[in-house]
Amino acid sequence: MVNSGDTAFVLISAALVMLMTPALAFFYGGIVRRKNVLGILMQCMAILCLVSIQWALFGYSLSFAPGNPILGSLKWFGLNGVGFEPYADYAGTIPHQAFMIFQAMFAIITPALIIGAFAERMKFLGFIIFMLLWSTLVYDPVAHWVWGVGGWLRNLGVLDFAGGAVVHINAGIAALVTALLIGKRKGLDNKAAPPHNIPFVVLGAGLLWFGWFGFNSGSALAANGLAVNAFVVTNTAAAAAGLSWAMLEWLLNGKPTIFGTATGAIAGLAAITPAAGFVSVAPAMIIGLFASIFCYIAVAVIKPKLGYDDSLDAFGVHGISGALGIIATGLFASKTVNQAGSNGLFFGNPHQLFVQAVAALATIVYSAIVTFIIYKLVDATVGMRVSEKEEMVGLDLSQHHEGAYTMLE
Amino acid sequence: MKLIIAIIQPSKFAEVRDELYKSEVNLITVSEVLGHGRQKGFSEVYRGVKEMGNLLKKIRLEIAVNENFVEPTIKAIIKGAKTGETGDGKIFVLDLKECIRIRTEERGGVAIG
Repeated sequence: MVNSGDTAFVLISAALVMLMTPALAFFYGGIVRRKNVLGILMQCMAILCLVSIQWALFGYSLSFAPGNPILGSLKWFGLNGVGFEPYADYAGTIPHQAFMIFQAMFAIITPALIIGAFAERMKFLGFIIFMLLWSTLVYDPVAHWVWGVGGWLRNLGVLDFAGGAVVHINAGIAALVTALLIGKRKGLDNKAAPPHNIPFVVLGAGLLWFGWFGFNSGSALAANGLAVNAFVVTNTAAAAAGLSWAMLEWLLNGKPTIFGTATGAIAGLAAITPAAGFVSVAPAMIIGLFASIFCYIAVAVIKPKLGYDDSLDAFGVHGISGALGIIATGLFASKTVNQAGSNGLFFGNPHQLFVQAVAALATIVYSAIVTFIIYKLVDATVGMRVSEKEEMVGLDLSQHHEGAYTMLE
Repeated sequence: MKLIIAIIQPSKFAEVRDELYKSEVNLITVSEVLGHGRQKGFSEVYRGVKEMGNLLKKIRLEIAVNENFVEPTIKAIIKGAKTGETGDGKIFVLDLKECIRIRTEERGGVAIG
């Protein structure tokens, strides 16, 4: 039976999640140098368009149509058979298409997260082909494992409420692999390039936080208490992480920064994502607190030591906090929050922690290997990196023949 | 005293600054300018309409120096900015009549350094 309240809630949640991709564009776009801001906005917008089509044609079917434990099938090609009746295996009270379009927005933002790793130096044609292949060969299978009927991690009993493994670990590992393969940006010598517009970063972070309510509480797929729980813990974890990042900076660097606070909030949001439907408020605070500590160490200590150029910390923020969230779910999950879930280690079920670790590890290994292959394939055919001169001039002019800002009218 | 004005590629600014520091030239004024040399850039297209004019972004340095620093300054700028391609930029050297440090009202060579 279609429930109008649930349907309205899921549709609005889908719209909120859609907004996260343009929000991410501003979050990332503010961090890059002026000459590359349109390149970032264009990459995000291109993914929004490209994956929307891919999803309707075959992406949704590969992820969610009944298939084998590894992959769905082409049974729902072109949304054939995906109609207005509920599909009870996924959501019993909303039209199947509402579930499909909600999931579409997740399939869109996940590849967009990877952009942060290779920002300011990827060729646009290579980018488009890479992203189409990645969505199809990495995102769709992993989504099927965790969320699809018959998916092997779903059958194993993994708890990933809104995509800690599917979205954040998956994109974070792909980010690390692409950052390593494409190499460092020219002329920075491991010095940080100053962000060209920090107000954009804050605008993007604010809109991401807003959209994340749709991402996490919408994943309840009904307007009910579980959605409320997800909403509340999402806000709480983001707040705890924003505060703790600022405190870390205050202690270690002398002054708290808005760039750091915004980054911390995003880390907290990513970390609470898998846990949002399974943990209560106190664990959400702990998860948020540790998200900032772990991510801070990753981006401020480990990255400079290892010397890879994950330009906008797609791995350092999303990969790390996604993994933290998946593991934390195995610790703090409680059936008092969600009867359909499981208890975690702290509620007497150590097995759940093991299952969560398997999911994290499987996602890491699969994403790393297939991302590597796709990158090498596209690099050998159309090429992935722009020429040195194009990089120097910037992606805005060299890839799109546009400039973001004028100096003279 | 001379006033050295250099127009360089924005991407070479960091290298030029490093070279100037090495030559102990620490006092510079920097501005972003648009210019038109022999260099051809990328044309811009907005909703299908090609943008004419195509001015390129450059960095302009102004450095006031005493005579013994003129050649080291020029050498440092060249070392940092030269690629051998069109668009590397230009250096102008002008006679400087007077220099006054506002804080102390000192004049001439002592006010420069």
